[in-house]
Amino acid sequence: MEQKRFHSVRLEGDKCRGCTNCLKRCPTEAIRVRGGRAHIIDERCIDCGECIRVCGYHAKVAVTDPLSSISKFKYKIALPAPSLYGQFNNLKSISQILNGLKQMGFDEAFEVARGADVVSRAIRERLKNPDIPRPVISSACPAIVRLIQVRFPDLLDHIVDVRQPMEVAAMIAKREFARSRGVKEADIGCFFITPCPAKVTAIRRPIGHAKSAVDGAISVLEIYGLLSSQIRNAPVDISLETASDLGVGWARSGGECYAVNPENSMAVDGIENCIHVLEEIEDNRLKNLEFFEGAACTGGCVGGPLNFENNYVARSNVRRLATRDPNPDLNVDNGMMTKYPLYDDVRILPNSVMKLDDDLMEAMRKMERIEKIYKELPGFDCGSCGSPTCRTFAEDVVQGVATKMDCIHMMKEQLRVMAQQMVDLAKTTRE
Amino acid sequence: MAIILEKSFPVEAGAYTTAGEASTTIKRTLKQLGISAEVLRHVSVACYEVELNLVIHSLGGTLTLLVDPEKVTLISKDVGPGIPDIEKAMTEGFSTASAEARTLGFGAGMGLPNMKRNATEFDIQSEVGVGTTITMSFALT
Repeated sequence: MEQKRFHSVRLEGDKCRGCTNCLKRCPTEAIRVRGGRAHIIDERCIDCGECIRVCGYHAKVAVTDPLSSISKFKYKIALPAPSLYGQFNNLKSISQILNGLKQMGFDEAFEVARGADVVSRAIRERLKNPDIPRPVISSACPAIVRLIQVRFPDLLDHIVDVRQPMEVAAMIAKREFARSRGVKEADIGCFFITPCPAKVTAIRRPIGHAKSAVDGAISVLEIYGLLSSQIRNAPVDISLETASDLGVGWARSGGECYAVNPENSMAVDGIENCIHVLEEIEDNRLKNLEFFEGAACTGGCVGGPLNFENNYVARSNVRRLATRDPNPDLNVDNGMMTKYPLYDDVRILPNSVMKLDDDLMEAMRKMERIEKIYKELPGFDCGSCGSPTCRTFAEDVVQGVATKMDCIHMMKEQLRVMAQQMVDLAKTTRE
Repeated sequence: MAIILEKSFPVEAGAYTTAGEASTTIKRTLKQLGISAEVLRHVSVACYEVELNLVIHSLGGTLTLLVDPEKVTLISKDVGPGIPDIEKAMTEGFSTASAEARTLGFGAGMGLPNMKRNATEFDIQSEVGVGTTITMSFALT
């Protein structure tokens, strides 16, 4: 099915210095440094974008669609992520962004936050079903879903089978536009204005359904300059703001929990923090937890690596914009719950790339050899060999993609032994 | 003769800072071996409970993981104090956890029953003044 896995996160080889910054931070140990530059192991990469954030040489990039790609469609709809609203300081109204996008060449701007309204309601419905194992895990952050596929396969059936807000927004936007303008849905292109590479990959390689309703993803950074100049003379029109404060609040960590409003929920941001909590969920330590919202980025989507503004500023901007209503409620009419396919129809399967071998016996043999090699290593986790830790290095040696002498400490020891042998040899020959 | 993978982890009494580390390593090992999600789930729960028991209730001990082609086995062996009444200890809700452990959210009296529920086979042997050995196995097929 999948010829070549699409990944938004890529490496620009000539910029890479082969340092250990990305190597050490990758949550799925998907990076190796070989021959003086980094390499991404496609099967392991979850497109979280951590490496983009930490690379001081800007050698890690996200592939997104250029703004010019919208011209492929007769009608173009922009789908602004709620986190986009946080990028502009002193914004009077969300409608300025919507109008600004239209001035840029889009025929319509449809708030993804409206999709979030519908998704929140759909998750509320799902939480009524006691058969879904608790805690129910949010499906909103594709990097977290992929992280679970790779590192927590036993938690896959906790993931709620509701599609992401951008998917739902695209379906509604297309249908409403086609109806009101009397045009064909096939002539409409929906473009997500994305804060992160994980969403770009989720459009090209969806999880939970076969095809995305979104036609492209343009990064916030790509349109930031143009949009900020448009906003200055974009008219305010409150009637355009159709998403609720709860939907807009999805931009930041905790917003989804607030909108879904389960009895006992937890919002965790930052991928390392998410890993810690997922370990606890796996051990059944969080016994009364009803709902878990995990975001790979610090602060939630406002912390996405393709945003312009820092996540704390963006977070506070969104908070201000999402307090229009003293008693916010989801803006969803009942028809929406039945008119659109809101739920997944493809089962999310584990990604067993961490498995040492398909055969258990062989995997056990490899594990034994890994333990043996690991004991010989210094345990510095320095990364000089090109693997992120001594343990992964031992795994790489056993899997045949590294040799023991790639470890500079073992190499040094080997040289010392050889030097001694030379000395000894010299002595014996002299006598 | 079938090969057996063995890994042992010393667990210190009262060491709350490192509590759970052995379980995390055991989970990682089993995932690398490609153990099914279903078995993994049971082992995870039982493993964490038994490790915490060593920290909270014992005077220290060892947690051992054994894997063979048929099953995963966890053995928890401590050096005391031993359980005077095993039947009572196996009762849901019964706990002798200290006030300190309770403030940390432990001591609900579900530890042993939870282990038994998750394991395919469960065995507990204890002698006061000597120690307790818990053996749990999880069938792979």
